[in-house]
Amino acid sequence: MATTPASPKTNRLGLAVLDYRGGKTTLCAGCGHNAISERIIDALYEMGVQPERVAKLSGIGCSSKSPAYFLSRAHSFNSVHGRMPSVATGAVLANRSLMALGVSGDGDTASIGIGQFVHLMRRNLPIIYIIEDNGVYGLTKGQFSATADLGSKLKTGVVNELPPIDTCELAISLGATFVGRSFSGDKRQLHAMLKAAIAHNGTVLLDVVSPCVTFNDHEGSTKSYKYMIDHEEPLQEISFIPVFEDIAVDYDPGTTLEVEMHDGSKLRLRKLEEDYDPTNKIRAISRLNEAKEKGEMLTGVLYVNTKAPTFLDMLNITEQPLATIPASATRPGPEVLEQVMEELR
Amino acid sequence: MATTDVGLHDAAGQAARTPVVNDMSIQVATANGSGSQSSNTVLLRSIFQMGIPVSGKNLFPSNIAGLPTWYTIRANKDGYVARKKKIDLLVAMNQETGRDDVMALESGAAVLYDEPLKLSSLRSDLIFYAVPFDKLVAPVCPEAKLRKLVKNMIYVGVVAKLLDIDLGEVEKALRKQFAKKVKAANLNFAAAQAGYDYAAASLTKADPFKLERMNKTQGKIIIDGNAASALGCVFAGCTVLSWYPITPSSSLAENMIEYLKRFRIGQDGKATFAVVQAEDELAAIGMVIGASWAGARAMTTTSGPGISLMSEFAGLSYYAEIPAVVWDIQRVGPSTGLPTRTSQGDILSTAFLSHGDTKHMMLFPSSPHECFEMAMDAFNLAEQLQTIVFVMSDLDLGMNNWMSDPFPYPDTPIERGKVLTKEDLSRLGGFSRYKDVDGDGVGYRTLPGTQHPAAAYFTRGSGHNAQANYSERPEDYESNMERLSRKFDQARTLVPAPVIETMPKAEIGIIAFGSSHWALTESRDQLRDEHKLATDYLRIRGFPFAHEIADFVRAHKRVYVVEQNRDAQMLSLLKLDLDSELVPKLRSVARLDGLPMDARSVTDEIAAMEGK
Repeated sequence: MATTPASPKTNRLGLAVLDYRGGKTTLCAGCGHNAISERIIDALYEMGVQPERVAKLSGIGCSSKSPAYFLSRAHSFNSVHGRMPSVATGAVLANRSLMALGVSGDGDTASIGIGQFVHLMRRNLPIIYIIEDNGVYGLTKGQFSATADLGSKLKTGVVNELPPIDTCELAISLGATFVGRSFSGDKRQLHAMLKAAIAHNGTVLLDVVSPCVTFNDHEGSTKSYKYMIDHEEPLQEISFIPVFEDIAVDYDPGTTLEVEMHDGSKLRLRKLEEDYDPTNKIRAISRLNEAKEKGEMLTGVLYVNTKAPTFLDMLNITEQPLATIPASATRPGPEVLEQVMEELR
Repeated sequence: MATTDVGLHDAAGQAARTPVVNDMSIQVATANGSGSQSSNTVLLRSIFQMGIPVSGKNLFPSNIAGLPTWYTIRANKDGYVARKKKIDLLVAMNQETGRDDVMALESGAAVLYDEPLKLSSLRSDLIFYAVPFDKLVAPVCPEAKLRKLVKNMIYVGVVAKLLDIDLGEVEKALRKQFAKKVKAANLNFAAAQAGYDYAAASLTKADPFKLERMNKTQGKIIIDGNAASALGCVFAGCTVLSWYPITPSSSLAENMIEYLKRFRIGQDGKATFAVVQAEDELAAIGMVIGASWAGARAMTTTSGPGISLMSEFAGLSYYAEIPAVVWDIQRVGPSTGLPTRTSQGDILSTAFLSHGDTKHMMLFPSSPHECFEMAMDAFNLAEQLQTIVFVMSDLDLGMNNWMSDPFPYPDTPIERGKVLTKEDLSRLGGFSRYKDVDGDGVGYRTLPGTQHPAAAYFTRGSGHNAQANYSERPEDYESNMERLSRKFDQARTLVPAPVIETMPKAEIGIIAFGSSHWALTESRDQLRDEHKLATDYLRIRGFPFAHEIADFVRAHKRVYVVEQNRDAQMLSLLKLDLDSELVPKLRSVARLDGLPMDARSVTDEIAAMEGK
């Protein structure tokens, strides 16, 4: 398998894993978010992403603190609650050469931030949006969020009586072009999915169930480690072959779907469910709903479309980052002003 | 039926013998959506082309079609362009308001009305001209469904005849208005001609008002403040605009989009800008903050309700020190308020927008020219001081037509502020984002994407130290906030300086700002001519306040602060800022009814307070 090459001391840029690390985490020991940070570090390292090219963006909450714990060499913006999508949008418009990596939580996304979330999904802006999803508000000590499952129990015994918002289903139906669900404890799957996300050109939404060891890891929770281990239903076995590795590995098209990413990398999905086609939007949505009925926790690449135009294509923005375009290109000349004045006379 | 119903024969006859030349206000009352905007613009431009100073103000409802709307045109040989309280000629086209409009007129005014409205019986002290619009429109406009629109061009012709406007000027204005739509222009000109001919044949001039050519508009332009602001932003090198539609600011964004499409597409056919119509004002300002953080010149435009929504991000901009430019085209609040009426009601809330200790720069343009210029100032200040800047325009300035001298090409360079490049970092070895290296309270920043291992820093709205690390240490918090305060104080000398106009031996002062300026100019002349009251005048153009403002208050016995809101918001800000011994000198002339400020109301109030 090409997903986990033997750990070299440096990557293709000559950088070590250390160059992708961040500050010491202040989250709880065992928090799923820390495992996700580790996967992000590994994926960026292995993909050979220049750290300075990344912009880390987040909202407010435990999840949104985590950009401090990886990739210290990248600029980071811990913005306001539920508004990371707009800040990220602005940043990408200002500098299209940035790789935007947004980290949010279930409250930050599905409750206070749902408005900005759905509109971001519509635009297919190039961004990786990770929801570190634990179904509760950690920083305010364990209230339900809008992704908590119906009937799920808090430590205090309070039962959630409202249906959850399925962020993946929303993302697929609204226009995101790479949508996946994973589990912070599924190292291999998340790792491969993150690498594919890095290679994707468009909006990536990864909903990663990430148990909260302090407030939502007990019996009766549907976002606990135990529940996930018992109920996870992977759709595929995922492997990813970066374009620069150029490894020819045969695969059986009957059992494996190969998706060529924007940069020429290959995403290989060995089907665990024979008739699942992640390029079929309608099928993806209906499969998610079936899973809900059956109480399954579907994971894997739910939907992928590598051909859709991005928001930057739609806006026809020049290749050079708007942020650093010289004044000579942004202030029209005197003849232009004179022309406008003449029209107004 | 040839109708000139002259009531009050003697007075009217007398008035007709002493013509009132180039000094009048015309009010056109129509229903919203009836196409009267084109007619009114043609009328305005015709007068402008005759060299007579003119202004036009649209008093419209928050509605697409059907509700009453009024347009007032003021022509004034002395160049007074503020709204004139007294209406001299009413064009009554709207059945719904006809009666009230007529009853509100002062004695001696003239009324041109749609004949079926039968308004002439209402008053005997006015001059009435009845025009059978429906009968006139039928022959010039065979297509019945267009008649409602074309009908309005007929009054332009009638008014032209009554006031001595050259029909050639009407045609010129009309062809400009309809630009390439030759057929529409022909149709409309035929309507104007029909009105003109009807007036010539059937109406007997009985009012004293007339227009004569002069040369006071040579070389000038007509533009609304929002278009001027938009143009300014384009020339300021703005690269990212995100906005959410709201009256009265939408036309700023829409004008800007047009200008950007025309003038900011590079040779490669690609845009040197990005425009996003955001999902709401929260997202609009969020995108501005994100784009500015990443190094673009970014802005949004909104009005009061949007400003309220942007409150949280305004605090982030202040505390995390991220540039942003926000245009507030003020309308009447609170809440939804009067969405299509003008005010200066967001001053106090914007100055301190957001929770915690925050304060923000505000710029106050009073003319389209200043809208244009202050666009450059706003972007430069935002990037130099790394914070949010609000440009406080209003509906009257933003959406109404103003005469202006053409804007000179900006000589203000584009100042990007303290941004360290890769090369700077190599030389310095590193940097501390919030360290006050230069003693001016402004730290150095780097842009995301700067290819240097020491370039990155962590931006957050939570407590931080000079290195941008998370901190809750009391001394870090306090020193950071103290630095922010010093930085803000510095802006006193950087925002546009106040403009002071004096009269000999003036003991009292007037302070005003924004669109109130035009009423103030006229009011000061009235105070001098009618009450022998000389005044000095200081026009505020920026907040925090320049030191000249305290000096001005100190130098005068009493100072009237004139503003378009109920609670004397600017005066309140001044009270917070001035030395306590100066505060008792301040007097408030604060009023707001949603109409643009008129000179007469200000004059009468100040005169009364001065015991005149």
